[in-house]
Parts: sequence; structure tokens; C-alpha cells
Amino acid sequence: MASNIGRASSDTNKGKIPWLKLWACIFFVYLYGPIAVLIGFSFNDNRIAQVWTEFSTKWYTKAFSNEAIQNAIINSLIVASVATVASTLFATMAALVLSKGKFRGQNISLGIISLPLLVPEIATAVATLSFFAAINLPLGLSSIIIAHIVFCIPFAFMPIRARLAGMDDTLQEAGRDLYANDIQVLWYVILPQLKPGIFAGAILAFIISIDDFIISLMVAGAGATTLPLYIYGMIRLGVSPEINAVSTVLFLISLTLVGIYWFISKQNEGTSYAH
Amino acid sequence: MPISITKKAGILAVAALFSSTAFASGELNFYNWVDYTPPELIAKFEKETGIKVNVDTYDSNETLLAKLKSGATGYDVAVPSQNFVTIMIEEGMLEKIDVKNMPNYKNVDKRWQNPPWDPTQEYTAPYQMGSTSFSINMDGYDGPGNSLKEFFEPNDSVSGKVQVFRTPDEVIPLALMYLGYEQCNENPKEMKKVQELLLKQKKHVKTYNSETMIANLSSGEVLVSSHWDGYSMKNRTENNVPKLKFVHPKEGIIGWFDSFIVPKGAPNKANAEKFLNFMMDAKNGAEISNFNRYASPLDAKAIADHIDPALGKAPEINIDASVPVHFSQTCSSKSIKLYDRVWTKVLQ
Amino acid sequence: MEIKLPANPMTRRWLGLAPSVIIIFVFMVLPILLLAVYSFKPADSYGGVEPGFSLDAWTQLFFDRDLDDTLIFDPVYLQIIWRSIVLAAIGTTLSFLVGFPVAWYIVQQKKETRDILLLLVTIPFWTNLLVRAYSWILILGKNGMIEQPLLALGIIDDSLELMYGNLAISVGLVYSYIPLMILPIYASLEKLDFGLIEAGHDLYADRFTVIRQIVIPLCAPGIVAGCILVFVLSLGDFISPSVLGGGKKMMLSNLIQFQFSSARNWPFGGALTMLLLILVGIGSWFYIKASRKVEAMEK
Repeated sequence: MASNIGRASSDTNKGKIPWLKLWACIFFVYLYGPIAVLIGFSFNDNRIAQVWTEFSTKWYTKAFSNEAIQNAIINSLIVASVATVASTLFATMAALVLSKGKFRGQNISLGIISLPLLVPEIATAVATLSFFAAINLPLGLSSIIIAHIVFCIPFAFMPIRARLAGMDDTLQEAGRDLYANDIQVLWYVILPQLKPGIFAGAILAFIISIDDFIISLMVAGAGATTLPLYIYGMIRLGVSPEINAVSTVLFLISLTLVGIYWFISKQNEGTSYAH
Repeated sequence: MPISITKKAGILAVAALFSSTAFASGELNFYNWVDYTPPELIAKFEKETGIKVNVDTYDSNETLLAKLKSGATGYDVAVPSQNFVTIMIEEGMLEKIDVKNMPNYKNVDKRWQNPPWDPTQEYTAPYQMGSTSFSINMDGYDGPGNSLKEFFEPNDSVSGKVQVFRTPDEVIPLALMYLGYEQCNENPKEMKKVQELLLKQKKHVKTYNSETMIANLSSGEVLVSSHWDGYSMKNRTENNVPKLKFVHPKEGIIGWFDSFIVPKGAPNKANAEKFLNFMMDAKNGAEISNFNRYASPLDAKAIADHIDPALGKAPEINIDASVPVHFSQTCSSKSIKLYDRVWTKVLQ
Repeated sequence: MEIKLPANPMTRRWLGLAPSVIIIFVFMVLPILLLAVYSFKPADSYGGVEPGFSLDAWTQLFFDRDLDDTLIFDPVYLQIIWRSIVLAAIGTTLSFLVGFPVAWYIVQQKKETRDILLLLVTIPFWTNLLVRAYSWILILGKNGMIEQPLLALGIIDDSLELMYGNLAISVGLVYSYIPLMILPIYASLEKLDFGLIEAGHDLYADRFTVIRQIVIPLCAPGIVAGCILVFVLSLGDFISPSVLGGGKKMMLSNLIQFQFSSARNWPFGGALTMLLLILVGIGSWFYIKASRKVEAMEK
């Protein structure tokens, strides 16, 4: 049977069950239905979010002429940008180190870097709050940024590490044969190859930061409302098409970023310099 | 090249950070209850002074206290109720502000100057005052709408459609009144009875929430809800629940008084003082009441020209003399701990 | 470039690792340890902790202090924890039942179709959890998408009261994390040798038996990995119970958050967090073991 391993399952008919396709369709309706409802009703003229009257973009104009929402978007962008830059930088450095050879403390470092992925967000949120209070760090935009950098690092780390693992050493060796020193090898050989991985990591970090809610909820201070926090405030007051409009925008931002990420990941996988 | 993109992003981010701090000299961070700030008044203040106002919201005194205590020191003005003002003064959480000498201070009704929770008037400026109880959508309801019994032991017709505030500060005092016990209760036996009452009530409760009363009463999601007099008035007149009755229970009602305070370490103290003075102006003060539908602590004659006459006649804020009004006091630590334990048990 | 890297490779390594490791250590490990310490301190009524030592927070988990300050066993918090575990388990089971057939379906498509389908499965995962929970309010709530047509057709007279209950929370949990169930299962299925399935069909007539006896045991590690991932995330989930649960049914995460906001009982919040971490730790340990098995299978 060895010759059958890895044989594409589409080659055989034996696994297929007739209603499976139906199930999958229902599933995707279930998955995208609520989002479609959300987006659809954002264009509803009626104030009552679930009763359709006519098509209108007024909720978008209303929402985005609202200064508070504009502030929230700006805050989210600032936090995400700073957190992404910092976390991607640190993650790249760490990935470069951890990809070469074995050394003491390697596993512990890897463990610490992966830690934010394992700890539930609520635990991180309250722990961070207590810590900031204990060291008298005032809560505000900077406290959110620090907290975001922490959990963005592992997310940026993963694609970079994956890319490094798939990279081929021959070019580096060639560089060294030509008497390039380590800095030059890094700059001219490794980093350009690493580009897609770094970019993928940055996008991942950005998405995670933009979407973060619980941690921001606990450590936000005055005037530091981010977009998800703002949406949460609106939801607490009740259903309204304005929420739909703002949520749709947030969804589209995520969608765009995921699209870019996916596209880059395709490149990440494919490229190999070996001939 | 990745580095140049990173650099560009970094520069942009840093520039954005700096530009937001550049407004610091002309900013004010206002922390208020949800749906309690007239937006037009904020716009007016911004226009008159050039100060940019950021409004953040909270849903209860307890949340405000927790947030300030956990290090949110960026707020310049907040609005606690009287019993929490006392706590904050005792804990050294407030800036001293020279309210007495503000130009508009003369507009404040003599009765509310130098109040018991701020006898030297150096920590607070008055905002609004009102009462807390509960409201019933009388449409299709067959009870009299005059007793706390209808809240704590609701009729079958409203069972499962009751909303209660999320925090104990304005629920437990009502429960104590209903059971005929002392306020600021330190007696575990009596508090145990309170707990039983609340747990019995819980069976009829749909949600514990201090923000969604208007939305839920308007949509019919709930028919009975914890409420404040002015907010209930708004619910009745502006949100299409014409038969909404704000109950003045014969057992008693809670009175409260909300004031502006400036938390210690506020970054824009001078702007905060301008803001407080602005809010005590007769026209602006009247505008606050017109928006919120609560009684104004400013002198009636001073605001007579600007206040909406319908307010004076509204049933919600005119309480009959026979109904006992209890102004919440700041209770002892032992009492607070008892209340908190009872409440956590009820809420879980 | 004029920068000279230190010659010693170990120094270089530490320099490279330092920022990441230090930041995560200082802002995650230390805070969690601090919280553990706080759980052994008395609570300040107004928020924060007082100096000193106290087991109050931990006793509160199991006992209530009654009238005369004696301890009575009080399962209240254990019930919340149990409810969280049960809801997480239900969410996980439902995710598996819904997700496994989907993974199976995807694995049978051509490569290009598979990629697209996988992308479609993943996209919702990257959108904001809050936004997704809100869209469920639109559907389950009063006058929502479900109730409106039923009311209009006269099939029901009154609201179904779908919101604010265990059902709504479960739906929210399944919806939030199902991509994380599908992906690991898909990864396992992809490695499956379909020749075995053919052989199975020769031995067992019935397709379902084939699945039960052959497929599932073979991709068990992937299934286990998916289940544990979803379970652990559901256990710590905050949004579904708070947005869809209406504040009446607390789960562990809301209870924790409550201690740090209006309840102002940080030590108790700390104790609960430690408990959550222990539960998650146990789950993660099983996950790591299962992942190792999946990796071993790939070799």
C-alpha cells in the first residue's frame, strides 16, 4: 500500500458521501450568514436594525462624521502600527537567532516567546492591569501599545520562523565564500529572502492588534478607546445600524489584510533558490 | 525593501504619537456615565474655549471607582454620586479645586452649596440630582405600580422580563427598605435575608445591566426595569414607551446627587476648572437638565428662562411627600464587604 | 554598514533574543506571578490589595462565611467553573460534529479548490470576535432574523427568547472557534492514505463504518488537537458570555473580569485566574502531546 500514501484523495471515489456537499454548503452559509446579515443591514434605512425598509448609506456617513469614532479608528491604527513595527522587529531578531544551531536556553526562549499564545486573553488582561497598577504605570494609549507588543511578538514570529526554516543555505555559503562578513550576509542575503516572511508576520501582528478587545478593555485609559472598544460600548447600549456600519468597516479591514497575508504566504511557500 | 517600509511606518507612528500629545495643552478627558452628556453642550464648550473634549463612559459608580483606583489617571473630570464622593475624598483620590470662587458658582441653589459630602466645597461642582427606583411598562400590566414588592417579587405577567442594575449600590438599599431593615447594614442575619430576596428575584430577571434599560424597555425585551427618574422620563417621551411608569414606591425611594470631580493627577486641571465653571452657567445648566430630564441643582430662578417647562410638571420627578427619600450614605468597610459578598453571590 | 556584531556567537544570540524574551518576561510572566501573589493578599474595599497575607480569596472559592463567620461549603463558584467547562465541552463537541464533515469534504476536492475553501474557512477567524458576536444578536435577538419570519408567518406568537442563555453562548462559542477545529482535522486527513479507505470499502460495505473504524482512528491526533484547541479557547472566552449571555449567566472569564471592575476584589480575581491557568495548562499539555503524535505521523 506504500504507493498509495499521499495519493490525492480526489483520485478515488470511495470517500465521497452524497450529502457531504450539502453539509459543506450549509456550513458556509452558517459561517458567512451572520456576516452577510451584518453587512446587509448596515445599508438599511430603518433605525431598527433588523427590519428592512430601503437601501441607504446614511449610517456610514453618520458613523464616520462622529468624532468619537474617528478618534477610535486613529487610536486603533496608532496602536497597531507601533505594536506591529516593534513586535516584527523583535520577532525577526529572535527568529534569526533561534533558527541557527542548538544552544543552551534555546527551548526556554522558544517557550517564553510562545507563551502569549497559550495564556487565555482574560488572564493576560487582568495580570497586565495588576502589574501596571503595581508599578504605577498610568493607563493610556501607551499601556495598550505595550500590552499589544507582548502578544504580537509570537504571531509575527511564526511566519518568519517558518520562512527561515524553508530557506536554503547555499546563497549564504556563497556569500561567505566571497569574504562577506556576517553583517553583509545578513543584510544582502538573508533579509531579502526573508522579506515575505517578515511581511507576513507584520500583517499577522497588525490584524491581531486591530482586533484585540479584552486586553485593551482592561488596560485602556483616558482617550485611548480603540475601535473594538468603541463598538463594544455601542453594543452595550443596544442594537443599531450604526454598529453594523462600523463593524462592516472593521470586517473589511480584516478581510483586506487577510487577503494580503494569504497572497504573501503563497509566495512564502513557493520560492526556493535551489536549482 | 522591508527595512524602508518599517522605517516609514515607524516615522508615521511616532509622528502620530507626538501630534496627539501636541494637543495636550488644549484637551480635556471627560469620564461620565453612559448617555449622560449633552453632545451639543460639549460642542459649545469646544467652540467657546478651543479645548478638545474626549468623552469616555462608565456604567456605574463602582466601575468608576475601580477604574480610577487601578491607575487610569488620564481623566480630568468624572461624575460620581454623593456617597462615592465621600469615599474618594477619604482615599485622597481628588484634586482640590476652587469651586467657591468660580464666577458661575452663584447660580447654584443655596440648598446644595457646601453639601454634606463636600462641606468646604473644594472638591465638587454639582451636576444633576434625581431618584432611583424602577419602572414598569403599564401597558397590559394589572398591578398598581406603587410598591417595591412589584420589583422584588414581580407578577407572573412580567416574570422573565425584568432588568436589574448590574451593581449593588442602588439595588441593595431598595431591598433593605422593602424588608424594613437599616441602611448601611452590618448585620449578617439581615443581609442574609436580603440575599434570599435577591436570589428569589433572580428567577424572574432576564438581565443584570445598567446601560440597556432604554433599548430593552423600548423593544419589549423587558417590561420592568431598574431605572432613574429622568432617564425613565426620556424612555417614556423620546423612546416610544408611553405607558412607562416610574414607580415611587410607598416603602421608599433612593435619592442621589451627582457631582463633577477632578481626579488627583489630572493632566489638564486648568481646563477642567473651565469646564466646571461652564457647566454651572445658568443656560448651560438648564441645557443639561433638558437633555437628561433630571432636576437641576442650580437655583430655580436663575434657570427659569432656559429650562423646559415640561420638566417641572413631569410625574417622574415630582415625588409625593408621603414617599420616604433616602440619600445613600457611604457605608462602613464592614458593610461594603457584606454588600459585595451578597451581590457577587446573587450575580453569579 | 558600519555596525560590528559582537564576535562571540552566544552574545549575539542573547542580543537577538533579548528584546522579545525580556518584554514577554517582564510584561507577561511577571504580571502572572504578581497576580498569583495577589491572590494571597487581603482585598482593599475600593480596589487593589492591602498589604499582608490572607487566604480569603482561596477560601472564597469553596466556602462562604455565614452569619457567625463560620465556613460553609458553598459550591457557587465551583458551579460557575463547572458551567464554563460544560459549555466549553458542548461547544467543542458541536464544533467537531459540524467541522469534521466539512474537513472531510474539503480534503476531497482538487488542490486549487481546497486552497480556496480553506481560505474561506479561515477568513472569519481573522475578523473581530466582537463583530461576529454582534451579528448573532441580530439573528437571535428579539425581532431578529430568526424571529421575524416566524412571527410574520404566525408560526410563533411570542418571542422565542433565544438570546441571553446557554444556547446563545454555545452558538457564539462554536461560531468563534470552528475554524480552529477544521484546520487541524484537515491537516490530519490530508496525510491519510486513501488506499486504506478503498480497502475498507472492500471489507465493510457501509461508508459510515469505514469512517468510524478507519478514518477517525487514523486522524485521531488531528481531531484531538482540534478539540483541545477549541476547548481551551472556549474556556477562556469572554465575548460570547458577556455579549450573548446577558450578564445573568456568568462564565469563568466574566467572573474574573467582574472582580477587576465593579466587584473590586482583586485577590479573588487572582485566585480565579490561577484556576483558569491551571485548567488551560492541563488542556495545553494534552494538546502538545497530541501535536507530537501528529508530527510523528508525518514522518
